[in-house]
Amino acid sequence: MTNTLTENATVGPKQTVEPKQTIEKVSIIVSKGSLEGIYPALIMANGARNEGIEANLFFTFFGMDAIHKDRHEHIKVATVGNPGLHMPTWAGGLPGVSALATKMMEKKIEALDFPGIPEFIEMISDTGAGIYACLASVDLFGFSKDDLIEQVDEIITVGDFYEMAAGGQIIFT
Amino acid sequence: MTTTELAGKSVEVNEEGFLVDPDEWTEEMASELAELHGVATPLTDGHWVVIKYMRKEYFENGTGATVRKLGKASGVNTKELFQLFPKGPAKLSAMIAGIPKPKGCI
Repeated sequence: MTNTLTENATVGPKQTVEPKQTIEKVSIIVSKGSLEGIYPALIMANGARNEGIEANLFFTFFGMDAIHKDRHEHIKVATVGNPGLHMPTWAGGLPGVSALATKMMEKKIEALDFPGIPEFIEMISDTGAGIYACLASVDLFGFSKDDLIEQVDEIITVGDFYEMAAGGQIIFT
Repeated sequence: MTTTELAGKSVEVNEEGFLVDPDEWTEEMASELAELHGVATPLTDGHWVVIKYMRKEYFENGTGATVRKLGKASGVNTKELFQLFPKGPAKLSAMIAGIPKPKGCI
């Protein structure tokens, strides 16, 4: 591959200019239903699309809350058993604490002009990323396609997922 | 950093292909940059709306817009952005507009 950018680069007689390594596709599994469990996957998918990397999101188990019409606007921060919050477990379990922590987090998210989860998934779908739900989890939770947001392209099996992910990287969150 | 020739002018670009000095950019360079980086030419009105918006953002705010801001404020929505610049609208439009890669994750 030659282009005017590397033609002028000076290299020594024994060196070769190695083509830069790129990732062509990422398939990201979203298995958690908490705010802090879902955002990283969305940021990775959106970030991939921004770099021209093909991306798929595969929602399974509690991750499906992010694509469920009745639940996707009510995703909460986990305040119990979450050492990263630096809050004692007994405090995290008190009524209203999770809602409060979620409100505080959402305020900061808005201040940084990050999208909320529903808007974010809509945006990611607009970038051309694939949005999929796990058939086994859909059956387990008794959902139907009507329960899921319109951005969901298809409900697929784990085998379908592996086929789709082939040749790219798989990220489990 | 290497020196390359665009629209008859000699300019410096970094390893990724971004112009080191945005003031060296001219509109004629945009098409050449677009071709170099896989964006369809000739550039359409839609492309130019985004390119001009990115330069405006850079000179007003110190950095080009992220994809989210582009989709909300440039007049071109997210779907169209990816049709115009398939391999990353913010990154590519910044490169074609002669400004540095925008800072920001979303």
